[in-house]
Amino acid sequence: MIESIIAWVMALLALFAAIYAVEAKDLISSAISAGIASLVVSIMFLMLHAPDVAITEASIGAGLTMAIFVYSIGRTERWEK
Amino acid sequence: MRRAAGIILAALLFSCIIYAFTFVKTYDYSSSDYYYTNPVEGGMANETVTEHYLDNTKNETGAINAVTAIVVEYRGFDTLGEVTILFTASTGVSMLLYALHEKRKRREANLIVKEGSKIVLPFILLTGGYIFIHGHLTPGGGFPGGSVIASGFLLMMVAYPKYFLKEHRISITESIAGFVFIIMGLLGLVFASYFLQNFLPLGNVGMLFSAGIIPVIYIAIGFKVGAELSGIINNLKGVEE
Repeated sequence: MIESIIAWVMALLALFAAIYAVEAKDLISSAISAGIASLVVSIMFLMLHAPDVAITEASIGAGLTMAIFVYSIGRTERWEK
Repeated sequence: MRRAAGIILAALLFSCIIYAFTFVKTYDYSSSDYYYTNPVEGGMANETVTEHYLDNTKNETGAINAVTAIVVEYRGFDTLGEVTILFTASTGVSMLLYALHEKRKRREANLIVKEGSKIVLPFILLTGGYIFIHGHLTPGGGFPGGSVIASGFLLMMVAYPKYFLKEHRISITESIAGFVFIIMGLLGLVFASYFLQNFLPLGNVGMLFSAGIIPVIYIAIGFKVGAELSGIINNLKGVEE
């Protein structure tokens, strides 16, 4: 019961974070919300008994990809036109 | 000097391949192994391969983690291709960004982040090393372990704006790890007549020193992936000494 509630909350959070990442005008907050989405997805992988995929998703999706996006936005423009 | 080393390497490679091809076994189609000779007649070809992996991984490769056994042992050549793709991507990023190395002003992080990242960094590196050294026993492996190590260096770069990794150390680590992977494959070609075939003893299943060449190759992959991802971040950050 409680696992399914957690799974629903995670799924909705991932969905809203992904939609916000597409729609936001501020690209930094867009990158951060993409990182939140992949962190939530990695928790869902852990609940589905796939710990190795969860490790990879947490370190690459939430850590390195977000850093690469933030550094690249720092080299270009912050606001979407 | 460099040309002589290249010629010697090429001659070694050539003699390895010649030696291997003189002893190569032609495949016997009347073999008694049902799954490989005629998978279609059994009805469900994919299912039999899956069952074969799940049943025989421990006996054939000595690894408990079936995912690692498939990635490194059964599909080792694909993994070599993946590592090559990552290497090409990292080289491309450093080629593009090397031209615009510039000094950028960044704000210092606050005291808690600075001191906390100093304390946390060794543990992150230890976790990454554990993930790829125990790749054949527990979930994980070279790719997750390497990315965990790179995220540890990312934490240091976020906390200290002047922190950077030396370029030649990254490339030396990367090259040695790639060499280990290729040399293990070639030794398999010489001693066991197939590229990346296991030629070391399997040992006791479940111990750290078991599963033949899987831990060696996964440690090499872990160092290589960690060095490449750290190099990409290091180049993107763009602070020269």
